Amino acid sequence: MTGALRFLEHHAVLYRRTWKGTIFVSFVSPLLFLAAMGLGLGSLISSGPVRTVDGVSYLAFLAPGLLAATTMQTAYVETTYPIIAKIQWLRTYDGMLATPLTIGNVVAGEISWLAFRLTMVATIFFLVMILFGTIHAALAPLAILVAILTGLAFGAPILAFTATQRTDNAFSVIGRFIITPLFLLGGAFFPIHQLPQLLQGIAWLTPLAHGVALARGLTTGRITSSAGVDALVLLAYATLGIIAANITMRRRLSK
Amino acid sequence: MAAPPIRSNALIHARGLSKRFDKLLAVDAIDFDVERGEAFGFLGPNGAGKTSTMRMIGCVSAPSGGELSVLGMNPITDGPRIRARLGVVPQADTLDMELRVEENLFTYARYFDMPRDLARRRTRELLEFVQLSDRAKDEVEPLSGGMKRRLTIARALVNEPELLLLDEPTTGLDPQARHLVWDRLYRLKQRGVTIVLTTHYMDEAEQLCDRLVVMDKAKIVASGSPRKLIDQYSTREVLELRFSIDAPPSLDGKFEGLADRVEVLPDRVLLYTQDGEAAAAALHGRGVQPESTLVRRSTLEDVFLRLTGRSLIE
Repeated sequence: MTGALRFLEHHAVLYRRTWKGTIFVSFVSPLLFLAAMGLGLGSLISSGPVRTVDGVSYLAFLAPGLLAATTMQTAYVETTYPIIAKIQWLRTYDGMLATPLTIGNVVAGEISWLAFRLTMVATIFFLVMILFGTIHAALAPLAILVAILTGLAFGAPILAFTATQRTDNAFSVIGRFIITPLFLLGGAFFPIHQLPQLLQGIAWLTPLAHGVALARGLTTGRITSSAGVDALVLLAYATLGIIAANITMRRRLSK
Repeated sequence: MAAPPIRSNALIHARGLSKRFDKLLAVDAIDFDVERGEAFGFLGPNGAGKTSTMRMIGCVSAPSGGELSVLGMNPITDGPRIRARLGVVPQADTLDMELRVEENLFTYARYFDMPRDLARRRTRELLEFVQLSDRAKDEVEPLSGGMKRRLTIARALVNEPELLLLDEPTTGLDPQARHLVWDRLYRLKQRGVTIVLTTHYMDEAEQLCDRLVVMDKAKIVASGSPRKLIDQYSTREVLELRFSIDAPPSLDGKFEGLADRVEVLPDRVLLYTQDGEAAAAALHGRGVQPESTLVRRSTLEDVFLRLTGRSLIE
């Protein structure tokens, strides 16, 4: 395990230069979204005929969903371009693997780094939620863990996929056809049960719907009966992703 | 793979070592031993299997067959332990462009679990050794090719390796930068570091290697010291003749009895002989009028030509 720690020092050296910027972005982005959509759009809903969404204010409905959707986006960004750069463009891993570090250390290190970044993003997001008064349950801080797990459920499989790529062409496809549609339609902004039947089915196959449902249950205090299943789905995606990443990275880097 | 018997001093021991990529046999059952303290070379053209061999020695690529031991250990099971004692200079620099010059050395030292104080001291010493101390705080990208190469070499030395692997250490460098690299490698050799390098430059092999193997098409075709290989496969001198390309004269029979061997290349004719001047005079007597003649000593290039019928650099 010390190998993975040594690997993380590389990230730490680089992050020393950029951490302020990342914290600023992690803070401003939820601030803007919750102000515009939660308060702005939310005021229209609360003065309209339905008043609430699934029994809570629109702001309280939106915030936890957005929390999970945001860690999904962070995971996508962290496991695509920066990883192929280190595999192929800069060959950083080749240099590292000429030392006692192993491919297992590299994968464990990247997953740990992703978990660290997700923790930062989710925690800051949660603080913004407190500012907006959208925390309504004692178990709410667990939503941070759910958000981290949601990020890993996307990040680990994407990392495994990235290790199979020779170019970055597929990354924009993933962004346009998976991440952005999920962000907009995957349950963060409106309930999934308002989607057409087919799309509902698709949405529940992805980790996001489960992450959103779980986080929303925790912060609104309305935990659903399927919470256990939601958690298992997230864990399964993350675990299988990590196993797959070990396989594809080994294939790629040990030629 | 059973643990191979280790010869007294051999740092690297290979028997029947092979590497296969799908359908391509990159290394075909080669045998060699590298002794402690020597500079050992793999000489051959691009695609001969040199880099694949180096990657197997460096424990990043598993052999497809045969025996290989490095520092008395098995590269498949002891990779991290072996790599802890190796220095690797890969063919393409893998410097970290996101890190500054000194950070490249410092973070690399940390991968070897080196305490921070020691890592800082090694960084300073090595920058001095490769004459980059004044660039310590600079970005890596603007450095010249020679400087990047020297930084890569410094990085490979960070763990004070017993065995230094260099894949094409001076390819792409200008002559001055090459000599600077050679000078540093020579100093390392004097300090007792065992050096294994690949090259397709015969002058590099002659300058640096105590012993070398010539590789061609995945196989070793000859081995020995540069001097011994030249003695064995070539003559003392070579007479190089260039003829007018527009009106090449008929040379049939003109070289009869003048040389041990004649190579007719697209741009010149090589006569392998013990006495180049005498052969040139005799040719003149037979009425052969080349545009230019040159008498030189045999080199490894001639050895390679003899062994494979091709030039090293095509």
